[in-house]
Amino acid sequence: MATFMARRLLTMIPVALLVSFVTFMIIHLIPGDPARVLLGESATPETVAALHHQLGLDKPLLVQYFLWLGDALHGDLGQSLQLAQPVMQAILQRLPITLELGVISLIVSVALAIPLGVLAAARRTTAIDWWINVTSLIGTAIPNFVLGLILILFLAVIIRAFPPGGYVPFTQDPIENLHRLVLPVITLAAGAVAGNMRQIRASMIEVLNQDYIRTARAKGLSRGRVYFVHALRNALLPFLTIVGLQAGAILGGAVVIETIFLWPGVGLLAVQSILSKDYPVVQGIVLLSALSYMLVNLLVDVSYGVLDPRINLSSGS
Amino acid sequence: MATQSDSQIQDQAGGLAPSAAPGKPVRGRGVALRRLTGALQAMRDDPRLICGLVLVGLVLMAIFAPLIAPYPPLKYNPAAIAQPPSPEHWFGTDALGRDQWSRVIYGARISLAVGVGAILLGGLVGSALGVIAGYARGRVDQGISIISDALLAFPSLILALAIAAALGSGVVNVVIALAIVRIPIYVRLARGQTFQVRSLDYVTASRGVGTPTWRILARHIFPNIFSAILVQATLSISFAILDESVLSFLGLGAQPPTPEWGTMISDAQPYLTGGTDPWMILGPALAITVTVLALNLFGDALRDRLDPRTAGRISSASLSSLAQE
Repeated sequence: MATFMARRLLTMIPVALLVSFVTFMIIHLIPGDPARVLLGESATPETVAALHHQLGLDKPLLVQYFLWLGDALHGDLGQSLQLAQPVMQAILQRLPITLELGVISLIVSVALAIPLGVLAAARRTTAIDWWINVTSLIGTAIPNFVLGLILILFLAVIIRAFPPGGYVPFTQDPIENLHRLVLPVITLAAGAVAGNMRQIRASMIEVLNQDYIRTARAKGLSRGRVYFVHALRNALLPFLTIVGLQAGAILGGAVVIETIFLWPGVGLLAVQSILSKDYPVVQGIVLLSALSYMLVNLLVDVSYGVLDPRINLSSGS
Repeated sequence: MATQSDSQIQDQAGGLAPSAAPGKPVRGRGVALRRLTGALQAMRDDPRLICGLVLVGLVLMAIFAPLIAPYPPLKYNPAAIAQPPSPEHWFGTDALGRDQWSRVIYGARISLAVGVGAILLGGLVGSALGVIAGYARGRVDQGISIISDALLAFPSLILALAIAAALGSGVVNVVIALAIVRIPIYVRLARGQTFQVRSLDYVTASRGVGTPTWRILARHIFPNIFSAILVQATLSISFAILDESVLSFLGLGAQPPTPEWGTMISDAQPYLTGGTDPWMILGPALAITVTVLALNLFGDALRDRLDPRTAGRISSASLSSLAQE
């Protein structure tokens, strides 16, 4: 296991370097002179030159990259152009707020998708299966920002059961914190539940057709034991990859959901920085989200080995 | 003109039957009839293919928007501000009195064009790189694969947002941003498929008799991997349309007053959260949902028909006609 982890981490290095290069190049996609674009037409040549220097744009491209990378490796992602604080500090301040939303959404989506997927597979071709499928199809087709707005309309504006948005720190008022978390979590988890449910259903059906399941049934084991102990463990393997990908989708989804619900996390920061052309912050968020996404997928690979002893990680298969 | 484009669209959307030879009207009519019965038969076998008709309807709606829309999409009407749905205004009017149904019809142009454009661009570049990597192997493969892995390492929406933000808001830049984040998906798919096809006997034989590489790629490799790419493309247009609506919702896509579904929802947001005119999002929200649903169902049905494990159900002639389109 340790060898596998070490090998995977080693292969991640060139990819991570390229990821950092792509992130670095984003600011150079700006048509024309980035400093001029950031400061607007009315800027004096002196302020443009000063920003050039601050962003390091007055050096050759590769030199700029290695300087930026060197700083990034020391945890310095530069200075925000709008917030009067370092990029790293701005992101780390908001990270726990996004993590709370993201992790709870992921847990809720998995906790709902597994039993519903198993139910749909167990009751295949019945009305329950049909309803689960139709709901999941519609769930994947409704954009999450539309769902969020519909929830706000019915549950916050008409019924007034939940506040339409905003955030209260957990340490300040735990109940209010969770109260305000409900609508964003439902919105973020809904799409994931819809997609995951179909995946679980498909892999459960495949597993349920195998001989060892027939043997388990013939032994007289209870239905629940066959489904949840014998079948689910194998059906979960392809599902794990999906959860890994889902982590990326949740990171992306958080951008929109945080904007709708005014949830002051990294997603809202991303949108605000994009709209105010605060590119160092945009770069920082893109880089950190890509690195954390890579890390999640590494953990997914490792958990394959834990869940399925047939996969021998130490031999590198 | 209308019937011709109709049949062309049928071809692209649901045309699993052989295509007609141009310039031979008599034979063409027979083929058209056979194609129609073939399509009807296919829809009876798999009702999900009916969604192809919905998609054809959406494409026609976009093309003939000026003929279908009851009002000009940009026309302000101070006498009809924020009206609820009525026989005159099916989806009501917006804050400037513009007819929402007309704007939804015109909005189909941008959403469909961006969705298809992003997939065409990303799919073409990605598949070309994937075929090259899979055929050349060695260092070329390693180089292309590592770049594609790096692009895959980003959460796609975040990368698309950052690229669109850097390029500046606008429809073309959204197409470019959404295409770039989709390139690696096609690189992987085309590379894997090319690996399989390149070791087939007839490809080896073709190489053996000295066929130029470009000819092998064009005649043997690409036609064989096309159906897999087509299925992936159909399924990912819906994701591109969803992402496009997000980008526009956040203000990075089409700029006002252009009618676009995501922007329309963004415009309607204050009237919904304020509780005054919540139905204002009805039109654009329904439009996105129906389009994505139809694309997903049609893509699923197409995948089931073209999946190698179930491909036996359709004749090889249908497959090769698809490959030539």
